[in-house]
Amino acid sequence: MTQSFKTNRRTLIKGAAAGGVLAAAPLVSRFAQAQSSAPIRIGFQQHVTGIGAAYGRWYGRTTDAAVKKINDEGGINGRMIEIIAEDDGTDPKRGAEVVGKFASQHDCDVAFGTLFSHVVYGSAPAAGELKLPYFVVSEGHHVASGALNRYTMQPGITDVKSQVQAMAPYVAENLGKKVTMIFPDFAFGHDHRDYFTAAIEAQGGEVLEHIAIPPTETSFTKYFPKIPRETEVVYHVMVGPAVLTFVKEMGEFFGPSKPAIFGFIDSLEAVDMTSPGLEFLDGTYFWEGMPRYAQADQTEYDKAFRAAVGVDDNGASVSDPRDVSTYAHMFGCWETLHIIKAGMEASDYAGPQDRAKLIEAIEAMTELAESFEHPQGPKLFNGKTHQVFGVQYISKVENGKLVKVHTTSIEDTQYPDEADYTTMAF
Amino acid sequence: MVVGAVPRLLPGVVGFAEEICITLQAWSFGAATRLRFQTLTGNDPGMEFGPHLLLAVLEGAVGAAVLALTALGLSLVFGVMRVVNVAHGEFYMLGAVVAWFVASVIAGHPALGFVAALVIAPLAAAVVAMVADRLVLKPVAYDPEATIVGTIGILYILQQAALMWFGPEARPVEPPFNHRIALPWYDWAAGEWFYPWGLSTTSYKLFVIAAAVVILLAFWAVLTRSRIGLIMRATQLDRETALAFGIPVGRVYSLVFGLGAGLAALAAVLIVPIQQAHYLMGGDPLLLSFIVVIIGGLGSVRGTVVAALLIGMSDGIISVFLSPTLSKILATLLVALVLVFRPQGLFGTRAA
Amino acid sequence: MIRDLGLHLALIAVLFVLGLTLPDYHQGNMARILVLATYAVGYNVLFGYTGLLSLGHAMFFAAGMYGLGLVMQHGGWSPVPAFIAGLVSAALLSVIVAVLALRTVGVAFMIVTLMFSQSAFLTILYFGTWTRGDEGFVIPQAARQVAGLDLTDPVTRYMAALALFSVALLLVLWLVRRQEGAVLIGIRENEERTRMLGYNVLSHKILAVVMSGTLSGAAGAGYALLFGYVGATFASVQYSIFPLLWVLLGGAGTTIGPLVGAVFMFYLIDYSSGLTNAYMLIAGVVLVLLTLFARAGIMGEVRKRWAPWLP
Repeated sequence: MTQSFKTNRRTLIKGAAAGGVLAAAPLVSRFAQAQSSAPIRIGFQQHVTGIGAAYGRWYGRTTDAAVKKINDEGGINGRMIEIIAEDDGTDPKRGAEVVGKFASQHDCDVAFGTLFSHVVYGSAPAAGELKLPYFVVSEGHHVASGALNRYTMQPGITDVKSQVQAMAPYVAENLGKKVTMIFPDFAFGHDHRDYFTAAIEAQGGEVLEHIAIPPTETSFTKYFPKIPRETEVVYHVMVGPAVLTFVKEMGEFFGPSKPAIFGFIDSLEAVDMTSPGLEFLDGTYFWEGMPRYAQADQTEYDKAFRAAVGVDDNGASVSDPRDVSTYAHMFGCWETLHIIKAGMEASDYAGPQDRAKLIEAIEAMTELAESFEHPQGPKLFNGKTHQVFGVQYISKVENGKLVKVHTTSIEDTQYPDEADYTTMAF
Repeated sequence: MVVGAVPRLLPGVVGFAEEICITLQAWSFGAATRLRFQTLTGNDPGMEFGPHLLLAVLEGAVGAAVLALTALGLSLVFGVMRVVNVAHGEFYMLGAVVAWFVASVIAGHPALGFVAALVIAPLAAAVVAMVADRLVLKPVAYDPEATIVGTIGILYILQQAALMWFGPEARPVEPPFNHRIALPWYDWAAGEWFYPWGLSTTSYKLFVIAAAVVILLAFWAVLTRSRIGLIMRATQLDRETALAFGIPVGRVYSLVFGLGAGLAALAAVLIVPIQQAHYLMGGDPLLLSFIVVIIGGLGSVRGTVVAALLIGMSDGIISVFLSPTLSKILATLLVALVLVFRPQGLFGTRAA
Repeated sequence: MIRDLGLHLALIAVLFVLGLTLPDYHQGNMARILVLATYAVGYNVLFGYTGLLSLGHAMFFAAGMYGLGLVMQHGGWSPVPAFIAGLVSAALLSVIVAVLALRTVGVAFMIVTLMFSQSAFLTILYFGTWTRGDEGFVIPQAARQVAGLDLTDPVTRYMAALALFSVALLLVLWLVRRQEGAVLIGIRENEERTRMLGYNVLSHKILAVVMSGTLSGAAGAGYALLFGYVGATFASVQYSIFPLLWVLLGGAGTTIGPLVGAVFMFYLIDYSSGLTNAYMLIAGVVLVLLTLFARAGIMGEVRKRWAPWLP
C-alpha cells in the first residue's frame, strides 16, 4: 500500500515537472495499469566483500542464472524478477542495514541470499520488524531452532543439524566408530560438535577427542598431535581462507599411515581438488550438499543446472577451469528463487500487502520433487520450522575427483521439531 | 531466573578450571619425557609430551621466521620515519598475490616461478609503497595522526584492488620442493631412537626457517656495516641533524618505506607455498608485527627476532597443554602483560 | 558556556525533528548511527581529549552488549536492569584495563589495548555455549519493551537512540567545560607540564578511560537492546578501528565531531555501494583525501577556520 502510494506521488511530481498538473492524470492511470506488470523486486543480500566473498560470487552467478531462467519462462505471475544486490560485507551490522535498505529504500517484495550465519542472526530481527520475508541460504540451524521469526525461512538448503546427523550411520558402518573431530571454534563448528557427537553415539560409536581450532588460525600442524592414536576416523570441517592449508597440513602430519578421513566439503569449497599438496586426499570421504563432479548417474536436472550457471563437469567455471565453484551450497539460491516463485504463484502475490499470504503459502508446502527447479534432489519442507530437509551425499576422492558413494534418505536428516513459527503472529 | 543460568554456566567454568589444573600437572612433571596426562575425556592424548613439544617448537619457528621478517619491515618504517603504517599487512598481502601471479605465468618447474616471485614480488610491493609515500605520506609531512588515517585509506585501496583483480579465493603457490621428513626421538626408558607417530616436518618448512635467518643476517649486516645503513640509522636518531649533514631525508624516507614493504612482501613469498594468497590475509601479520615491534623494542634487530620467536611460538607451545583457543587467549594476555610491566619492550629504547 | 549549551540543545532538537520527519529508510539509519555515534563520543573522550589512542575499544562496546544480552537471554532480566548490567560490566572492565594499560604510553598503549581486546574477543568465542560465539544470538522482539514502550517501533527506537546519544553528548560537554576536562586536554597537549602544574595525571587518565569505556559500553548495550542482536563480530578488531575513523573524520577533540564522522562514513559507504561494488576503494580514497586536505577532521576544520569557540 505504502509502495503504490509513494510511487504515485513520485509519478505525480514527475508529471507536474513534465508539463503541469493536468497532464498528470493520464500518467497516473497508465501507471496503475502498469503496476501489474512491474517487476517483482527481490533484494539479494550478497557477500561481495569480507570473508564470505568467494561464496558470494558464486551465489551471485547462480542467482543470475535462476532469474534468467524464470524470466525466460514468463516470470512470476506474468511479472519479471528484478534482483537488487547489496553487499553486506559478510558483517552482521551491515547485513541488518541492507535489509532495512531493501524494505524501505528499494521497496523490495522479499529479500534473500545470505550464507554466513552471523549475518543471518544480525539481519533477521530487522526483517521481522520491517515485515520483509527473508529467505536465507545459509545451512545454519538458526531458522529451525526457533530463534528467529515468522518472516525468516530457509526453504532452499538443508541445515547443519540434519546434514551432520545424516552422516553418522555411514561413518559408523563403513569408516569406524572411534572418531576425532576437528572443527572451527565458533558456532558453526560447535553445531558440528554437538550434533555429530550425539548422532555417532546413537550409532554405537564415540568421539574420542574434540579439537576446536581458533578462528583466523593459519597454521594447524601444532594442533594435530592432540588426535588420539586409536582414532579410526578423523572428522574435519573448516571454513575460511585457510582451509587448503588445513587439509594439506593434515596430510603432511599423517604421512603414509593415516586413519580414515571424513570431511565436510566446506573444508575445500571453492578449492581445486588438484591443488598441490592434496594428493593424500585420495581415498578419503566428503559430505557434499550436491556432488561437485558430474557423476556417472548424473540427472538431466544436474546437467541443465550446470549449463545454466556455467559450471563444467568438474564443478569449475566453464570460462576458467581454475575458478572452482561452491557447488555444495550455491544450488540453494536457485532452489530458493523457485520456491519464492511457487509461493508467489500459489498466493496470487500482487505486492507487499500480500507478504503474509506468501509466507502462509510457503508454510503449506511439503514435498518438493527432484526437478530442474530442485536439481539437488527431492526435498521435504517443514512449514512449522520454516526449514527444508533433503537428501545428502557422501563422496570418495578417487584420482583427484569426488565420486559419489552414498546418498542418504530424507529420513536420515530429520529430527523432532524445535519450533512452530506458524503459531506466531505476523 | 538468574539462578537458573548457573547450572548451565557451571560445566564450562569447571572445564576451564580443570584445564588449568592439567597445565599445572603437566608443568610439574615436565621433566618426564614420556609423560602421559589425562585429558578431559579421559583418553590418552595422541602424541607423547616431548615429540609434541618439539613439533610445536618447529611449527612456531616457521611462523616466527616469517613474522620476524614482516615485523622488521614495520620496525624500520616505524623507527626511522615514526610512521605507524597500518597498511603494512597489505604490502604483505600484495607480495603473496604477486607471487601467485608470477608463479602462474611462469611454466615449467615450480622452483622457477618461486625464484622469480622472490625477486619480483618484493620489488613490486616496494614500488607501490614508494608511490604511496610520495602521494600520501610526504604531503602530510609524516604527521603521526594523519599518517594513521592515510595508511588506513591505503589499506582499503589495496585490499579492494586485490579483490577486484585477484578475486576472493585463496590461491595456492606450489612449493619449489616439499618432502615430508619424519623426525626421530630418543626414548630414555628403552634407550633407543624411534620415530614417534606424527612427528614430522617438511623440507620446505625447514627452508623457510633457514632463508629467514639468512635474510635477517644480511639485513643486520647492511644496517650496521654499510653506508646506507649508517644513513638510515642517522636519520632515525635525529632527523634535523641528518638534514643538516646533507642527508637527503626525503629520499631516505621513500627508500625506507619501500624497503619495509619489500620485507613484508618477501616474507609473504616465503609463506605462500605453505599458506595461500588471499586478499584479506594482511590483517594478522599487521597485528602480530606491531606486537613484535613493541615487545622487541624499537630499532633492535635482535629484539625483533626474540619477540617474533616469543609471539610465534607461545600459543603453539601453550596449546601442548591446553585447548587451542584457550592457549591463544592466555598467550595474548601473557604478551600484553609483558608489555604492561615492561613498557619499553624487552630490548631497545622506550617506544614512542 | 550558554552558547555551547544552546548549540548542543539545538542539535538535539534538530535530531528530534528529524526523527519525526525523515523517510523510513533514513530514520532507521539515523537511529543506528546515533547509537554508533554514542560509541564514538565515548571513544573521543579518551582519544580526542586525552590524546590516548586505544585500539581495543571494541571490548568495552562488547562488554556492554554482552552484559545486557547475556542476562536477558539466560537470566530473563528485563531491559532496564539488563542495561545497568551492561553499564556495570563495561565500567568494571574499563577500570581493570585502565589500571593495567595506563602503565604504558603511545604505541605500547595501542598494542596493549589491542591485545586485551583480542583476548576479550577470543573469550567470547571460547564460552560459545552461552555466547553462541561469532553467530551470536537474537534478543526477541517481545523482550525489548520498556514501561509499555516498544523499542522495536521505529519512532520509539529512534527516540531511545537519541536519548542515549544526548546524554553522552551533554555529559562530555559538561566534562570538557569542567576543570577535569581542561586537565585531560592538558595531558594531551603536554603531559609533563600538566604533571608539573600539580595535577594527578594518572587519576585523570583513569577517569578518562573509565568514562570512555563506560560510554562505549552504553552504546553496545543500546545496540543490543534496540537492534536485537548480540554477536562476537562487535568485539573484533575492526569494531575498534571504526570509532577511531569516525572521530578522526568528524574531528578529534570536538564534541560534535563523532556524530558528524559517523554520519559521513555511513552515508559514504551506503551511497557508494549503490554505485559500485568497489565502495571500499572509494572509502579508501576519501580517507586519503581527508588526510591530505582536512587533517583536523570535518568539525576540526570548521573550528579552525570559522568557529574557534567550538568545544
